Amino acid sequence: MHPVRKQRLYIVLFIVIGASIAAGLIFYALRENMNLFYSPSDIATGKAPLDARIRAGGMVREGSVQRLGDDLEVRFVVTDYAHDVTVHYVGILPDLFSEGQGVVVTGQLVTPERFDATEVLAKHDEEYMPPEVSDALEKAGRVPQN
Amino acid sequence: MAIKWPLFFHKLGSPRWFYRIGGMWLPWMAALTSLLLLVGAVWGLAFAPEDFKQGNSYRIIYVHVPAAFIALAGYYVMALAGAVSLIWKMKVADIVLKCAAPIGAAMTVLALFSGAVWGKPTWGTWWVWDARNTSMLVLLFLYLGIYALYNSFEREEQAAKVCAVLALVGTVNIPIIYKSVDWWFTLHQPATLKITQASSMHASMWQPLLVMIAGFYLLYATLLIQRVRVEVLYRERRTRWVRDIVLQAGSVRK
Repeated sequence: MHPVRKQRLYIVLFIVIGASIAAGLIFYALRENMNLFYSPSDIATGKAPLDARIRAGGMVREGSVQRLGDDLEVRFVVTDYAHDVTVHYVGILPDLFSEGQGVVVTGQLVTPERFDATEVLAKHDEEYMPPEVSDALEKAGRVPQN
Repeated sequence: MAIKWPLFFHKLGSPRWFYRIGGMWLPWMAALTSLLLLVGAVWGLAFAPEDFKQGNSYRIIYVHVPAAFIALAGYYVMALAGAVSLIWKMKVADIVLKCAAPIGAAMTVLALFSGAVWGKPTWGTWWVWDARNTSMLVLLFLYLGIYALYNSFEREEQAAKVCAVLALVGTVNIPIIYKSVDWWFTLHQPATLKITQASSMHASMWQPLLVMIAGFYLLYATLLIQRVRVEVLYRERRTRWVRDIVLQAGSVRK
């Protein structure tokens, strides 16, 4: 390779590697702040602030969804299967909201166990299958993972 | 016809040869692109089964995922052209760098828009500032920034040099977009199509998706070659061979 071109190649590599290191340092500094939400374990270990607007996320525990009265108030448990947090919400839930499904809720922690949500978003997983396949899986006793 | 590959690549580096070879390939590529997109769209939208949970709204995946693939891959095409332009000072590389930006930006817009349309019924919101969505928005600004920067220079060589540096710095963002869903908690789900393990999608659904992805790759190549050819004609407008082409076209019309 021509020496001048070789030198230019080194400059190109320097730019790419330098930018990567800079980005790496930035994301190392941000770490936890890059996460969209706190997990129930984060909340249980006191990483999430009380009485501040935050997001929490996890799975809706099976059998935990309770309707209180005949209005839109609903209570459910969000879990990461290590710790739980109970979410209170008044409003319309997204179509994909169901037990065993992932959710991200926005609101504030009143106590480390109670979360008052102002918004509930459904978190979709990466599973896609036709209804017949999911029925067959259920019949076979293997609940589709979601 | 035996092609000597090193010679072939050198020829592609010359604007005149790129114009000719690209012109020979274009009709075939355009035909194949239309075929793949038509087959993929009809198969995916009409014949693939609906999803057990999302119903029909999941079909946006047949546009969203291919567009997002090209948005990322197209950035590497642009950055690689930038590197070649910096090291070897090839005219065609400068032109590819310039022409890849608006196509990449269009694909990014398509991915963001289709994602928002899917997000509303699925997540319950059009947009959320999670790592995946935000890094994808940064990609759009990179594309638009490079496009604007290139056009703000009078001298083409200077524009190519500055934009190549910006494009190379921006490559950092591509692995971040790709891995964001694994590194951090995001609302966006992890990848469905996986390279190393079985895909978490039923075969009847991912087969049309693969056709669409192949179709989008070809669409990108077709658009890029055509754009580069137009730019080649413009930049070489004072040369003999371009004048000959124009005169020929003129005489045919008469």
